[in-house]
Amino acid sequence: MNYCNLITIFAFINLLVSIPHGYSNYVETKAGQFFSSGHTNNWAVLVCTSRFWFNYRHVANTLSVYRSVKRLGIPDSHIVLMLADDMACNYRNPKPATVFSHKNMELNVYGDDVEVDYRGYEVTVENFLRVLTGRLPPSTPRSKRLLSDDRSNILIYLTGHGGNGFLKFQDSEEISNMELADAFEQMWQKRRYNELLFIIDTCQGASMYERFYSPNLMALASSQVGEDSLSHQPDLGIGVHLMDKYTFYLLEFLEEVHPASQANMNDLFKVCPQSQCVSTPGHRTDLFQRDPGSVLITDFFGSVRKVEITKDTINLTSPVEPPIKRSGSSDIQIESLTYVDQLPVAEIIHQQDCLEANVTRCRRKQQRTRKLNCQVVEKQTA
Amino acid sequence: FRLSSLIGHISTCPSLIGQCCQRHPGSVDEFQEELVIRPLHSGDIYASFQFRTLWDTDFLQEGQKVSHYRLFPKSLGQVLSKFSVRELHISFTQGFWRTMQWGQPFIPSPPGAELWVWFHDTVSDVDGNWKELTNVLSGIFCASLNFIDLTNTVQPSASFKPLGLGNATDHRFLRYATLPREIVCTENLTPWKKLLPCGSKAGLAVLLKSEKLFHSSFHSQAVHIRPVCQDEQCTSKAWELRQTLNVVFDLYTAGQGKKAFRSSIYLNCGKTGELFELSPATPLLSQAVVLGDRRTYSVFDLTRAETFGQLRSLNLLLRWKGDGGEMLRPLLHAERYVAGFGLQTGEIHTVIYNNHPYRAFPVLLMDSVPWYLQLYIHTLTVTSKSRDNKPSYIHYQPAKDRHRPHLLEMLIQLPPHSMTEVTVQFERALLKWTEYTPDPNHGFYVGSSVVSALVPSMVAMSTNFTQDQPLFSSFVPVKEESSYFVRVYTEPLLVNLPTPDFSMPYNVICLTCTVVAVGYGSFYNLLTRTFQVDEPSLPLAKRLANLIRRIRGVPLLT
Repeated sequence: MNYCNLITIFAFINLLVSIPHGYSNYVETKAGQFFSSGHTNNWAVLVCTSRFWFNYRHVANTLSVYRSVKRLGIPDSHIVLMLADDMACNYRNPKPATVFSHKNMELNVYGDDVEVDYRGYEVTVENFLRVLTGRLPPSTPRSKRLLSDDRSNILIYLTGHGGNGFLKFQDSEEISNMELADAFEQMWQKRRYNELLFIIDTCQGASMYERFYSPNLMALASSQVGEDSLSHQPDLGIGVHLMDKYTFYLLEFLEEVHPASQANMNDLFKVCPQSQCVSTPGHRTDLFQRDPGSVLITDFFGSVRKVEITKDTINLTSPVEPPIKRSGSSDIQIESLTYVDQLPVAEIIHQQDCLEANVTRCRRKQQRTRKLNCQVVEKQTA
Repeated sequence: FRLSSLIGHISTCPSLIGQCCQRHPGSVDEFQEELVIRPLHSGDIYASFQFRTLWDTDFLQEGQKVSHYRLFPKSLGQVLSKFSVRELHISFTQGFWRTMQWGQPFIPSPPGAELWVWFHDTVSDVDGNWKELTNVLSGIFCASLNFIDLTNTVQPSASFKPLGLGNATDHRFLRYATLPREIVCTENLTPWKKLLPCGSKAGLAVLLKSEKLFHSSFHSQAVHIRPVCQDEQCTSKAWELRQTLNVVFDLYTAGQGKKAFRSSIYLNCGKTGELFELSPATPLLSQAVVLGDRRTYSVFDLTRAETFGQLRSLNLLLRWKGDGGEMLRPLLHAERYVAGFGLQTGEIHTVIYNNHPYRAFPVLLMDSVPWYLQLYIHTLTVTSKSRDNKPSYIHYQPAKDRHRPHLLEMLIQLPPHSMTEVTVQFERALLKWTEYTPDPNHGFYVGSSVVSALVPSMVAMSTNFTQDQPLFSSFVPVKEESSYFVRVYTEPLLVNLPTPDFSMPYNVICLTCTVVAVGYGSFYNLLTRTFQVDEPSLPLAKRLANLIRRIRGVPLLT
């Protein structure tokens, strides 16, 4: 009896010890998967390079990627959104403050809390390259900077009109594939990214990633060299084409993705085959070190926050004391403050007389003709 | 008969109001919000939202850094202290305010973006501070304010006196700039809403839905920061942040409206009660004098529970009773247009109307024209009632190419019931090809003229600046009872500059290369090409025979 009891007690104690051990093993493997990608923060640079109302679809493309990226967790402070023209509040838009991606106005990708960092004439090749390489003037605000470090995964999305080896910005200038490759090399040398995903939706888009030579780059394009990317469907109410085919199917794919999904890059490569897209989407993974099958979509499109569990206690400092209000000393007479006269006519005319007297004084180099109470009369042309 | 109606529904959340949007006990921040709805004679509805945050602190206090922000937004507080700003006024407007149809707005603003700032007199480099300030504000408001530089900044010498407390008015510390091309859309409204203490989650800000706001004839949002009196005695200053949003809805397109009302709503009943009928009728009526006009307002105070009634909802219904009476004509009105033809010269006409039947009053006209419209000031004429009207104050600063715009300020006395016309001729400059925008054939904008005036008032204005006044009547300080200050903006101008054909460099290169290749190439060939007779190649047998003959030294076969 005692022996049986001893065995059951022993087994019970063993069970008690092994369960947490097994559980911590499980936690460790999960934690191991958690940290396998090597990045700690996510950034996105989304650029639409086309101007004019008939290029509505390029703005809709960019905004649909913006919407997916925001929905999956990347905050506005980590997104640099560049839109070369305003479609939502354009006077030709029959529904102001909206940009639709599906016909019959089903989905408004503009939303209610969009923040555009570069808009209108600010979207230039120079500004785009400066954002990527970080060489911005010192007075640039934080929301317009790409403050990535060597553990950032960056998603770069470009759309607009392009050709073999170039992408047109605002109908007046262009960026070549060599410039883009050099910019990425500068980013690599300055350790401004951990991994970079480059997506481009233009005609002959594959030519833009042909010249990349920096490591850890993965690129996707909507069409091969010699092919045109086509637009999807027009909306008769708005009067223009709403989206491009590739980004339309990309949006449909991304709508299925949620922050915890395990979809990987191989699924992304299958988006929009030739039967749907008419053009042949291409991709390039030779510069990427990990296997695309092990790269999650949320590594680039989402922002999965890492949590560090600490077991030490931290002592908080004492709270800030509110400043003691200056005791109104009643002995000193404080004169009451007044508002300024908005249109002091007499003073303005007096100013004119002072100016004229100054001029006559300069010319004649004599005593003043009239004694005017002109205080420091600064030369207005200073 | 019933033309249209405006229906609002509400769901109350009194706990949220209690925590957030009320006066904080123990702290010195105060928040007040207000919505004024005024039906206009043209059938539109003018809605003016004002949100005011008062903060009792002194940024420039020695040795004390402000680090605790409650209701006042931290982003603006840091900007004010870093750049030693005394007053800041920024507005974003879409559309043009039609004074003749809609009357005077509570807070006027020009189309596009406008920024004017008074700096403290401790600042040594005003231009440097101005440049950095515009960059920081462009990040805060998601607007292209970084395009404000010395080529479109002016330093007015008599206009734009400070609206806040203070004595010193040295105009060296004032900067004014306007971007008439700036677009206003949801991306500007989002950060504007974030500056409110409760964001857009509680209070009147819940009504601010971008799809409704931008589907309107006029939309203007502004931020005004200035020092004001803290109390009646006015011995110390407090910072006032006023966020205003003025919208004019065209009812035929806007349709259904708002969601929830909080705090107080003032509804302008108009002079005659016959224009429309209001239900539910409210017992609270208040009279306020604003812009020289005494009007009656129905007040709905949303902090009191009895406003909401049984269903805990507020349903405002306005029923028009047919065509109303005559609208009061605004006393001051201005227009501006470009005359002339061609792309070489032109003439700017500014027309100012004084509609007062017997009183004359002075106006200060400020014009800021970009350098590429070269003004000929010797052709400046000011005529009223077809007679010359000499201004009592003229300040003109000529432009410097690519450095500074023109600035023209004039104090003109407008005779009663008259039209005054100011004309000046200009010539259009040819820009360098890199200075054109990507769409140069759209044209170039010239900012609105600003007309500031002291208009005689039919009704005595009150000069007491008390805290209990409604917000819409306490924006501009009133110094005397018989007149009120008003600012009118004219239309911006859209001017076409001579635009080159940007495809010409490509055309020229193609043509030149073709001409050179065909012409010079042929000529060179003619001169230097020689012709030689080419012998046909021999068959193999003959070649072997020639080899043997060469060895033997005998003449070769052909």
